[in-house]
Amino acid sequence: MFNTEIDAGHVATIFMDNGDKPVNIINEGFFKNFEASLDDVFKDEQLKGIILTATKKDFLAGADLDLLLKSYTPESFFDLSRRLHKLTQRYEQCGKPVVAAINGSCLGGGYEIALGCHYRVALDNDKIKIGLPEVTLGLLPGGGGTQRLLRLIGIIEAMPFLLEGKTVRPQDALKSGLVNELAETPEALIAKAKAWINTTGKNVQPWYDKQFKIPGGNPLSPKVAQWLTGATAQVTKRTQNNYPAPKAILSCLFEGGLVDFETSLKIEARYFASLAKDQVAKSMIRTFFFNLNSANSGKARPRDIPKHEVKKVGILGAGMMGAGIAYVTAKAGIDVVLKDVTLEAAEKGKSYSTALLDKQVGKGRMTAEAKNNFLAKIKTTTEAKDLKGCDIIVEAVFEDRDLKARVTKEVEAQITETAVFGSNTSSLPITGLAKASARPKNFIGLHFFSPVDKMPLIEIIRGKETSDETLAKSIDYMQLIKKTPIVVNDARGFYTSRTFVTYVAEGISLLMEGVHPATIENAGRAAGMPVGPLALSDEVSLDLLYHIQKQNIADLKGAVPEGHFATHPAFAVVTRFVEEFKRLGKKSKAGFYDYPEGGKKYLWPRLTEVYPIAKVQPDINDLKKRILYIQAIEAIKCLAENVVTNPAEADIGSIFGWGFAPWSGGVCSFVDLVGVKTFVEGCTALQKKYGNRFKAPALLIRMAEEGRGFY
Amino acid sequence: MKDAYIYDGVRTPRGRGRSNGSLHEVRPIMLLKSLFDALKERHHLDTSLVEDCILGCVTPVGEQGANIARIGVLHAGWATTIPGFQLNHFCASGLVAINLAAQAVRAESIDLAVAGGVEAMSRVTMGSDGGVWYMDPQVSNNLGFIPQGVSADLIATLYGFSREAVDQYALTSQQRAAHASEHGHFKSLVPFKDQNGQILLDHEELIRGNTTLAELAKLNPSFEAMAKMAGFDAVALSKYPMVERINYVHHAGNSSGIVDGASLHLVGSLEIGKRLGLKPRAKIRAFASIGAEPTIMLKGPVPATQLVLKKAGMKINDIDIFEVNEAFACVPMLYSEELKVDHAKLNVNGGAIAMGHPLGATGAVLVTMAMDELERSGKGTALITLCEGGGQGTATIIERV
Repeated sequence: MFNTEIDAGHVATIFMDNGDKPVNIINEGFFKNFEASLDDVFKDEQLKGIILTATKKDFLAGADLDLLLKSYTPESFFDLSRRLHKLTQRYEQCGKPVVAAINGSCLGGGYEIALGCHYRVALDNDKIKIGLPEVTLGLLPGGGGTQRLLRLIGIIEAMPFLLEGKTVRPQDALKSGLVNELAETPEALIAKAKAWINTTGKNVQPWYDKQFKIPGGNPLSPKVAQWLTGATAQVTKRTQNNYPAPKAILSCLFEGGLVDFETSLKIEARYFASLAKDQVAKSMIRTFFFNLNSANSGKARPRDIPKHEVKKVGILGAGMMGAGIAYVTAKAGIDVVLKDVTLEAAEKGKSYSTALLDKQVGKGRMTAEAKNNFLAKIKTTTEAKDLKGCDIIVEAVFEDRDLKARVTKEVEAQITETAVFGSNTSSLPITGLAKASARPKNFIGLHFFSPVDKMPLIEIIRGKETSDETLAKSIDYMQLIKKTPIVVNDARGFYTSRTFVTYVAEGISLLMEGVHPATIENAGRAAGMPVGPLALSDEVSLDLLYHIQKQNIADLKGAVPEGHFATHPAFAVVTRFVEEFKRLGKKSKAGFYDYPEGGKKYLWPRLTEVYPIAKVQPDINDLKKRILYIQAIEAIKCLAENVVTNPAEADIGSIFGWGFAPWSGGVCSFVDLVGVKTFVEGCTALQKKYGNRFKAPALLIRMAEEGRGFY
Repeated sequence: MKDAYIYDGVRTPRGRGRSNGSLHEVRPIMLLKSLFDALKERHHLDTSLVEDCILGCVTPVGEQGANIARIGVLHAGWATTIPGFQLNHFCASGLVAINLAAQAVRAESIDLAVAGGVEAMSRVTMGSDGGVWYMDPQVSNNLGFIPQGVSADLIATLYGFSREAVDQYALTSQQRAAHASEHGHFKSLVPFKDQNGQILLDHEELIRGNTTLAELAKLNPSFEAMAKMAGFDAVALSKYPMVERINYVHHAGNSSGIVDGASLHLVGSLEIGKRLGLKPRAKIRAFASIGAEPTIMLKGPVPATQLVLKKAGMKINDIDIFEVNEAFACVPMLYSEELKVDHAKLNVNGGAIAMGHPLGATGAVLVTMAMDELERSGKGTALITLCEGGGQGTATIIERV
């Protein structure tokens, strides 16, 4: 039961409260409590109005996503949406003024509940978020949110909130018209809500009036129509049509805006059901909500080890990676010692932070004082002895075994027996690197991604001897610097580098087949990858790929098994580019692309001479399939070999590590989405055409036989 | 089956489709009336023998709404027995109107019809009729809608037409139109007069025969900013992934002009001609409409031509002259390239780049251009074709009689 109070002036206040749950969410209990509270306050025959607020920190965080993950019929989703419509309309049409007193974050279904009110007052606190982020989980606001918002602020103005899921602070919510008024304190919040009820007392929303006109024009008015046309194309540009939700939202704006409010709610409910029943939304909810939250909360951390305090971190090498790691570490309030061979190099690494902070100061988001305090946390040095007292060392020198061994020894002489030594390598096996360490138990791989301040993932690699304490301490550090950790076991390329390279390799091999290079790039993006495979190869540099191949063959001592990655046809192309054309990628301003000074890169014109275009070009859908399948196959091999240990981390790592098609929810979710059996059949067909690299992993064949998915 | 003949075809001059255009003050119904009057007067026509009125109009709203064909007939004082209907077949509407009239004659369901089209673009804004094609997000996403100008630039990119090449094409169109206009080639053009007999316009108003390549080179691409901002470029690439990026070459100088204009034709059987004492100007040999891929949209004339040649049992070399609507320079250019048609035979008196494209009327206007040229040159056959919205194409073959 929610708490309700009715004051002497017959203004009722309903305090939403989900009891023992940490945040208020819309679930079965919520519906029952809400209805009961309304029954209760409507008993007061002199009722003047209703204030809706919450006892918890948040106003209302949204709907219970667990409800949505479980497979329900489209009818049940339609009914869920209609139930929210009926609930909101019950108080919207009760004849009394109803005010939302937004005391905390008010998101998704929570903001829809507020939209059902006639007036919204929000507490003026920058920590409060207001908005409708449903689209980021593959959904749309199904509680009347699309239809009330477009009628409240107009179709064009509603677009960024609905299509991008933009959430705003109360100040900006006021500017955009999402709320009507702000209050400085919780007391003022209730007082202002009451004052509005007592003075204004407006209690019918304009959209129930037959003469109602949508602010800014209806969907057929020239300006709005033009925006809708553009927004539709923009959705294709932004999402490559891989996401159903933005399209459904646009249809809600168009179709809903053409009919009366009552009818529009039914339209919204149908589109909501079409998304909620779809695997894309389920995959996105699972990965971006449940699995991401659990990774961030330290699910991979060994349980019974007490939390470590990380106060001082030493970073070896002030190059791009070291500089970025220094920034994110200092940002978390941790002291940083940034060491390089010369003080200039170390200072240059520190200047990376200075530049980032200057930008924030320039935008007025940070004071000069805060900037100086921040920078004071980063001590630059050339002396190993300055690393004394560090809880964690992050080694970020060049990818060279001997160099790494040398600095390991040099630094270990200075740090305590319990300090963690983390190596930021993207591919060198940790167990091998740990051989240089006197304390291999403390040795661990910390694979950051570039640019460190933007990329949210950290791939933590356990060497053979890495201890649970070392892992726990590393995860504690990652939580402080707000990186999402996945923990993998040691192998060449670990999980992310090893799988990522299959994407670029597959793209490169298409050149040999005579696929138009622009088609290759467009197919990569169309599949949902952030960058085409050829452009990405140029970014990582072709000589790096070349050396990976050489190293692979050397490691295998000439006995390269059939279907091994080292036999990939892409390497013939890479070898030609490195040896014959001397085109090494972006860093040499020449790779698969040309990089004109001050201009946009364009595909090397001679590319189609070197690899002539085949007469018959493949269907782009076949290319998309190949590109996604090859990555999923490699990821599942990693899973089968226990390199990555569970589907949730495989999914998180794939999306946040190398940008695997986010719409799919990640590599394992993608296989589930296709269907394991269908996926295996697809692998077999691809294997026949393109070779053994497409052979379905045994794990998948077994799963297909057992009729099992990853989730 | 009876044969269908064109007994006469007339057109108004095309006036600049802006407020400073000479026909801007004229309502579309009056553009039509001037032509109804001309046909009636020239041939002392007993209009009670006309059995249908079919008019193309692409934006049939406002002044062009409510079936302007039937209303046009009545307002012109033709026989009240003549029924009428307006049709929208996008840019080929005027030609489809003639084809439909011919179809009815061939089917022996009527003997005589008046057909053509009208579009007063300075008064009724293009696109103001709306439509789910591009307004409804689900439909436009499903169809991969992009504006025609972006389609044109996509074609130029795919065919490798450079900015210089499309500008050169535009220059030729202007020069040919200027030459034809100055030398009186446009016999079917009926000067437009007001109620007092004063001439408002007696020539194609848009022609800029003195333009140069240097002048054209100064113009900024018209569709680039919009394509990039709205994301139409991405929609185009999603259908044509072999394109790295679109080369934006079309602009106001090498695209069809916005104009006001109308055209009417008398289409009938051989018998009705004899009865009325009329000599046919042309025989309608064959006609066809067809759909093609809608995102690239403007390639329809090629399959429409292949189809109409097949229906006529003819080859491309059997055609003496071609009228291919110059919606954008790339359209006749790709037509020449795909069908191996020499530019010397194509749009010999210039086209819509020089004189404008009054959407619903253009198909009928091009038939007057073709008849004028056949009569002037003494040649035998002409093929008229237009690209259309939604990826369609319509083509008609006529023979001089």
